[in-house]
Order: sequence, then structure tokens, then C-alpha cells
Amino acid sequence: MNSQDFEFVAQLLRKRAGIVLTGDKMYLLESRLAPLARKEGLPSIDDLIHVVRSRREERLIAQVVDVMTTNETYFFRDKTPFLNLREAIFPQLAQARRGSRIRIWCAACSTGQEAYSIAMMLDQDTSLTGGVPVEIVGTDISDRCLERARQGLFTQFEVQRGLPIQMLMHYFTQQDDHWRISERMRQMVTFKKQNLIDAQYGLGQFDIVFCRNVLTYFDGPTKGDVLGRIAGTMNSGGFLILGATETTSGISQAFEPAQDRRGLYKLAERSVQAA
Amino acid sequence: MKRCLIVDDSRVVRKVARRIVEDLRFDADEAADGQQALDSCRRGMPDAVLLDWNMPVMNGIDFLRALRREPGGDRPVVVFCTTENDMSHIAEAMRSGANEYIMKPFDSEIIESKFSEVGLV
Ligand SMILES: C[S@@+](CC[C@H](N)C(=O)[O-])C[C@H]1O[C@@H](n2cnc3c(N)ncnc32)[C@H](O)[C@@H]1O
Repeated sequence: MNSQDFEFVAQLLRKRAGIVLTGDKMYLLESRLAPLARKEGLPSIDDLIHVVRSRREERLIAQVVDVMTTNETYFFRDKTPFLNLREAIFPQLAQARRGSRIRIWCAACSTGQEAYSIAMMLDQDTSLTGGVPVEIVGTDISDRCLERARQGLFTQFEVQRGLPIQMLMHYFTQQDDHWRISERMRQMVTFKKQNLIDAQYGLGQFDIVFCRNVLTYFDGPTKGDVLGRIAGTMNSGGFLILGATETTSGISQAFEPAQDRRGLYKLAERSVQAA
Repeated sequence: MKRCLIVDDSRVVRKVARRIVEDLRFDADEAADGQQALDSCRRGMPDAVLLDWNMPVMNGIDFLRALRREPGGDRPVVVFCTTENDMSHIAEAMRSGANEYIMKPFDSEIIESKFSEVGLV
């Protein structure tokens, strides 16, 4: 692949998804576009890019963006966020949202493990929210991931990362060489497409937002914009959960870190007034 | 240092598993069947056992039941690691006193994830 083609794909990703692809990621581009080229019946990546550039077919452009996303995720990833949910967030919201409901958003949910982890956790201990009903919404830019998330179908490898065997036994059934999460868990979660760089999110208001391991692909200003829009979707007293290596500090004033809770942020009160 | 007994009749699997658990800072011992494993446990209980199911002489599930009847045999954390990947085998293992269950093929991430599930790492 020549550097012009690389530049073209990098631009496309940036414009469509906010994802910054640096020159050292050439290998990533090749390993991910090759299967798509094959699927399209094209002899090489160069041909694929040529077709994308000349025909400008929306369907194919969307697929290039889709396969270029990194979708790594696993059940109960990093553990701490789920501990924070149990110990800090739910006890507070169970009080604050009594008589109403708690809405949780997994922004950039990939194949759904994060959303389903929350669903299983709530199912195992129904006292967590003191009877307040919970709604979980998972969104991603990748249709491929969303489809898998909706089906709730996981490989043997995926169900062995982060998922205790007792939960596998309780919530999954075997389907050929895959494992499918129960209908009941699937009904607790709704999956929708949402590009985080879109100017508006049509998802309603949330009390808890998981936004983990996606900001890291964006440049500084985009991170700030996305966090600002997320803040705009949050109810007063809401919580934001970022990935283990991520922070709002220096990026957005809309949130402040919760004391002694790594990766947990509270919506800053002045940002509620501003919104 | 914690000690992990690796029980598998395949030398290759034992070697791969040994490398992984050593990376997780365990001392590794090996046994090629359930009887060897039981003998080893009688000499000294390990902290963890990574246990295959199908082996000659004594299989994994018989070893596990025997281990749990030994004095001090309730202490080792037993993680099955087998190609038996259906729910009935998993359920039988858990009923017989296993702590976790790995379906082969495994890699270092799965072992680390499962070991952390049972508080070994
Ligand atoms: C590494 S995964 C993180 C999954 C999960 N949140 C976690 O932490 O385990 C990143 C996800 O972000 C999604 N993504 C990338 N750019 C996006 C965008 N502009 N809008 C929405 N999702 C995006 C990718 O499709 C991918 O599924």
C-alpha cells in the first residue's frame, strides 16, 4: 500500500469516526482491510481502496470504517467499574431515583460484554437498586458489533475472559461452538447505532454513562466535544465511568473525579445549570 | 511463592501451561495423571491445581473427588482445564468441588482471567 492510499483511509476514519490513525498503524490497516477485500471479491487491498475512492459507494465506505474499528472488550473488564457501581453508584441512585428509573448508557459497547455484565450483576442482586427499574442502552458505530451484541452470541474464548464459570452456567446456553446469553438478559439491554462524533445524540437522558476505551482513539478536541455532549445527556447527580487509562482532566470541565474511586466521575453541578 | 500443580497427560500441554503459570509467578509442579497428582498432593498440598479431565490411570474428576477427601484437600484451588466443553461436564466438575473451569484451547489470558476469578492472582 502506498502512502497516498494510507492517507486516504486515515482521512476517512477521522472524518467518519473521529479515529486518529498514525503512520505506525499501517500493519493494522493491512490486516483488517485484507479480509474485506476478499469478501468483496477483490484481489488486493490496493484494489479495494481504488474501488472505494472511485465509486464512493456508501455501503463500502461504511464497511471500511467498521472493520477499522478496534473492538476489544470482555466481561467485567477491569473489575473496578463494577465495584464502583455496586458500592458507590447504585446505593446513591437507588435513593435519588426512587419512584423513577435508572438509565444506563454503554457508549461504544462493542459486542455487548459491558452491557451484559451490568445486566447480570443487577439480576444476581436485585436489591442493588432498591427496586428502582433499570434500563440499559448499548451503542456503537459498528453494525457488525451491534449485530453480534443483539444476538448475544459469544465464542468460547470470549466467555472465558472475565466471566466466572458460575455466571456462564447460570446465564448462557451452548449453541454449537458458541454460547448464547439468556433471552432475559437480552431483554434488559437495547442496542442502537450511535456515532459519538455526531453533533446530537437521540438517546434521551442518562444517570450512568460508561464510556470506556473509545476516547483514546480521538484527538484532544474531539475528546472534549464528545465528553461535552455526553454531559448534555446526563441527569443531575449522574455518573461517568471511563477506561482504566482515561481521564477527563485537561479535556472537559463538565465532570469532576469522584473521591477515592478510580475511573469514576460525577457530572459537575455547574455543567447541569449550563445545560 | 505459590505453587501450582499442572495435571495433564500431554507433555506439550504441561509445558505450555507451566510457562504461563510461571509468568504468573507460581512455582510449577507436573503430574501426568490423577494418581501421580494425588501422590504429589499427599507429599504437600499445592495452592492451585490446573486439572485435565481425560487421563490414563486416574482421570481428573476421580482425582478431584479423592483430593477433596484428603486431610487438607479442601485447600487447593482447583481449576479444570479440559476439552470437555459441555454444560453437563462443567456442572459435574463444579458439583465435585472444582473452583473454576477452563475449556481448551486455552491461552495465557484465559488462565490469568480464571486465576484472578478465584483469587489466585
Ligand atoms: C476497544 S472498544 C471498547 C469496548 C468497551 N467499551 C470496553 O471498554 O470494553 C472501542 C469501541 O469503540 C467503537 N467506536 C470507535 N469510534 C466510535 C465512534 N466514533 N462512535 C461510536 N463508537 C465508536 C468501536 O467500534 C469499538 O467497538
